[in-house]
Formats: sequence, C-alpha cells, structure tokens
Amino acid sequence: MISLAGRDILHSWGKFVFTGMGLGLLIGITLSMAGIYRGMVDDAKVLLDNSGADLWVVQKDTLGPYAEPSSIYDDIWRGIRGMPGVYQAANITYLTMQVSKEGGDVRVMVAGITPGGPGTPGWPPYLVAGRQITRSHYEAVADIASGLKLGERIRLRRHHYTVVGLTRRMVSSNGDPMVFIPLKDAQEEQFLKDNDAIRAQRRRTAENPAFNRPGVPGLLDAIIASQSTNPYVNAVLVRVKKGHDPEQVAEFIRRWKRLTVYTRSQMEEILVGKLIATAAKQIFMFLVILSLVSSAIVAFIIYTLTLGKIREIAVLKLIGTKNRTIIGLIMQQSIALGLIGFVVGKISATLLMAPIFPKYVLLEPLDSAIGFIAVVMICILSSIVAIRAALRVDPAEAIGG
Amino acid sequence: MSGKGIQIMGLRKRYGSGDTAVDALKKVDMRVAPGEVVGLIGPSGSGKTTLLKCLGAVIEPTAGKMILGDDVIYDDGWKVKDLRALRRDRIGFVFQAPYLIPFLDITDNVALLPMLAGIPNAEARNRARELFKALDVEHRAKAMPSQLSGGEQQRVAIARGLVNRPPVILADEPTAPLDSERALAVIRILNDMAKKFETAIIVVTHDEKIIPTFRRIYHIRDGVTYEEAGEGRDFE
Repeated sequence: MISLAGRDILHSWGKFVFTGMGLGLLIGITLSMAGIYRGMVDDAKVLLDNSGADLWVVQKDTLGPYAEPSSIYDDIWRGIRGMPGVYQAANITYLTMQVSKEGGDVRVMVAGITPGGPGTPGWPPYLVAGRQITRSHYEAVADIASGLKLGERIRLRRHHYTVVGLTRRMVSSNGDPMVFIPLKDAQEEQFLKDNDAIRAQRRRTAENPAFNRPGVPGLLDAIIASQSTNPYVNAVLVRVKKGHDPEQVAEFIRRWKRLTVYTRSQMEEILVGKLIATAAKQIFMFLVILSLVSSAIVAFIIYTLTLGKIREIAVLKLIGTKNRTIIGLIMQQSIALGLIGFVVGKISATLLMAPIFPKYVLLEPLDSAIGFIAVVMICILSSIVAIRAALRVDPAEAIGG
Repeated sequence: MSGKGIQIMGLRKRYGSGDTAVDALKKVDMRVAPGEVVGLIGPSGSGKTTLLKCLGAVIEPTAGKMILGDDVIYDDGWKVKDLRALRRDRIGFVFQAPYLIPFLDITDNVALLPMLAGIPNAEARNRARELFKALDVEHRAKAMPSQLSGGEQQRVAIARGLVNRPPVILADEPTAPLDSERALAVIRILNDMAKKFETAIIVVTHDEKIIPTFRRIYHIRDGVTYEEAGEGRDFE
C-alpha cells in the first residue's frame, strides 16, 4: 500500500516545508527557552564549582553571599582555618556592577580574591589567555564573555585596573561574567566612599563634641581611622580536608563561630531553588504558552489542509477506503509537519538562537529528546480535530445532488 | 436475464418520519445485464441522486431488494456487513467530475483501489496499465491528474471504476463537462468496457447528446422508474 500522506507531502512539499519552517522557529524558541533555564541552572552550578569551595561561611541567618547580602569580619577566616577538617579558608567579596569598556559598558560580578595562587578558594581555576593576578593591587582577570581584552584598562569605582588574564565560563548566577581583583581593592570598591563623602563624614565626626573632646587627644583620629577602614568581606570559602564530612565540618563552624555555613548541596538549593526560582517559573509558563500556541498552529494548519481535501476524502471513503487509512493520512501529515518543525527548530535553536542570545543557552540532548516526544504528541493531539472533520465527511458528497 | 449484473425490485427510500417524511424513491425497478449500458434520466428532484446513493451502498434504502451479481445485497435491510468493502470490490463509480486524487499520479490513482483491497502494489499497477492501454491513456501513465486534459481525466476515472472488475458501474453524469465529441467518446468507451469486462453500467445523465446512444433507458419521475427502449444510435 502506498503512503498517501507521503505522496501528498511530496506533491505540495513547498507548502509543507514553509509551514514546517514557521512552526520550526516557534519550536526553536521553545527549545531555546528550555535551554535558557538549563543555562541558568548551569551558571549557578558553575559559580559554585569554580569557587573551589566545599563550604560557604556567611553572616548569621542570611542566605549570602549570592542570594542575600552578607557581611562578616575579614579576620574570621583565621579562626575557621584552625578548625578540625578545614584544609583552606579564604575571604571573598562579590559586587555586581557596570563596567565601562571600549564600545560600551558591561555588567559584571567583581570578585575580590585573597592573595595566593590557583587552587586557593575563589580563584579562577584556569585561564584561556594571559596570567593570574600576581600583584597586590590594580590587576584583574576577566571572563572572556565580558568582552574585555588582555591589557585593557578598566575603571572600577575609584581605581583603574589592567586586565592581565582571561578565563572562561566564570559567571554569576545571573550569567554576568566575572572580573577577579585583589581582595583589598575589592573591599575598597565595595565599602569605601568617595572623597567628598569621606570629607563630609570627617567633618561631621569632628563637629561631634563626643568624638572631639579637648581632654582626649588622639580620639578623633582614632575614630576617623576606624571609619576609613573596611574590615568586611561577604563570605569565607572553605575547602575541607580529604576524608572529612563537609556537613560535620560545617556543624563545627556553626557551633563555635556562630555563623551560618552552607554545604555545596545547600548552596545549590539556594541558587537553583530560591535565586532563580521565579525566573524558572516564568520560563516554564513561557514553555506552556509556546506549547499551546504550537498546538493551536499545528491543529489549525492540519485542519485547513484537511478541509482542502474534503472532496478527495469523500471519494476515498466512497471507493471503500477504511477510516484508519484516512486517519493515517491526516496523522502522518501532522507528524511530518512536526518533524520538519522539530528539525528546523533544533537547527535554529542550536545555530541561530543560542549563539546570539545574551544569556548562556544550554541545549541538552535529553531536553531535545523530550521536546521531540512533546512535538510528536502535540501533533497527534492537534490532528484530532481534523480527523474528526474527515470522519464526518459523508461519502455521498462525492456523488452529485 | 442471467443472475449477473444488477437487479432492483421495489426499492423505496423515505427521508424523515411522520408529517415531515419525504418519499424520495417510491418504487424503483431496474435490471441491467452484464455488458449493458443503460441510461437513467429524470428531472431535478426526481430521485436520481438518491437512487444512485442507494445503489452505491452510501445510504440505506427503506425497503425493496437489490441483487448484485448472484448475491442479494439488500432485502429490506443490508445483507452485507462491510459496505465499504462492497463499494470497493463490487461497485465502480464514475463521477461528473473525475475527482482524481491530485497528489497521486494517474497509475496510482487507479491502482489505489486494488491496493486497498490488499492486492500487491505491482499487480495493482499492472491492472491500471492494462486499462490505460484499453482507454488509450497509456502514454500518460506517469502524469499527475493536473497534467491531463478533461477527456483524459475522465478516461482515468473510468479506469478507476473498472479496475476492481466490479459487476456494476454507477456513472453520475460522466459527460457533463465534456463537449459532444468527447462525450460520445466517453460513452463509446463505457460501452466497450461494459462488453469487455461484462459489467453492467448505469449512466445518470441529462446530456441530450448521449441519450440517443442508449438501447434502454430508465426514466425516473417522482421516485418511480419507467423503462423505455432507447434509440441505440450507432456511435459511428
């Protein structure tokens, strides 16, 4: 038996291909939406992976340092370093800001890292060009996605920095590329006020009789000095010694330092379950809406194609064609349309949309497989309306009168 | 008359019931022998189409008897379970317009019927080509319907009606869209095919050009058939 659907598609292939391409772009957007969600989750995981930490020590009762502000003293790491099971402990600051560069500006997450070397928690684990930070001040390593180039000078708040190294896939949970600078510089960028504000603060302090008592020499200078120092960081990243249970080490720190400590799985839950939860829901809603729109379009197209063949269907029924052959004709065309759409959608999502999308789009094979099954199911369901119309066709319509 | 061909006795068809009931067919009696082509003529609303639908097993008559070949197919109720198979295997249709499937070439348009009946594709296509030879469209065997002239399309439609060797062919105004020459050519082909394949052919027509060619004519008026001898004018 010949394939009626196949012959019809070959006969009017232009109509099918162009319709399939239109549907394909819609499927491409749907796959890209799923890819954006996967990309957000991957960004979050990459941020945790690249930090090189097993534990995050943050301000008590906060979800810091990524999901909530967290501020702890920068000497706490010493005490943590001495606790059982702790292999390394390093301060870290994070500050999201806009950075000017040639041809515009870029939103980046500035990370302040402690002196050390590759392997120190918080340091970029690898570079794709240049070198790591070797000086104590005014050097930066940037993610290549920021568009910054080696040797480029950038201004972060009060200071200028030279980009000495480039890394890859070092992004915040929002997908912003990261820029690494020395911790002391980062503390200044984060907490130090501008000169006018400092002068105003000093004047206010000097005018306060409580801080500027004639009988206490040095008090005013001491207070001003304390106001000008910035002894805070956002978190301490901890690497646990081999063979130690991170949760057990975390419990030690919680008990003795009265700070909040998160393990890797807890931090992942915060990032994926809380920080990007709303965005994930939005994307899910978009996926549902796009699926419904795709269903409606497929249903409409197949219904229209079927109505265009009513006379042929009546003739087929009159000459004894079984209902299942007619159902097969419509359903196979619907599935073929979906297959064309899926191929076009997959190609457009992979080659067109993902590279130009400002956020990281991660197209996973499993999502494509699920998408493929969903497209086939949608096409089958969408053809039901057309099949009902075809089965209602009276073979007598082929006979005049 | 032998047991072949088609016989219709006292066929009735009523639409609706009660006060709104309409008797579309009141008393239809017809006999068409194998190899015979008869005309069925009647004014609009006389019941021609209803009769054709009943004969084609598309709608169910209300009462009467129909014998197709040696088998009683209707006797105050269908005696055949699978009406689609009956239409596919034992009744051929030729319509006013050819109604060929536009996405199949003409060979597959004709071969589709035997394929639907389970005959292998190659054999079904051979049957189609044999008919094309007889109908002089063999050279267009690979053409799509849209590439044929109206007369060629109608010949392909006749081939489709004949391909499963049905004992009866119902032709619904098969010459309506054709000029005199082509209309007569179609009727000649139907007569030739009727003889060649021992098929009974009923031609519903209004076409004054072809009415004189029938040897027997059934008139239908207000749902009742009347038989009369036709002129049986020679095509030559």
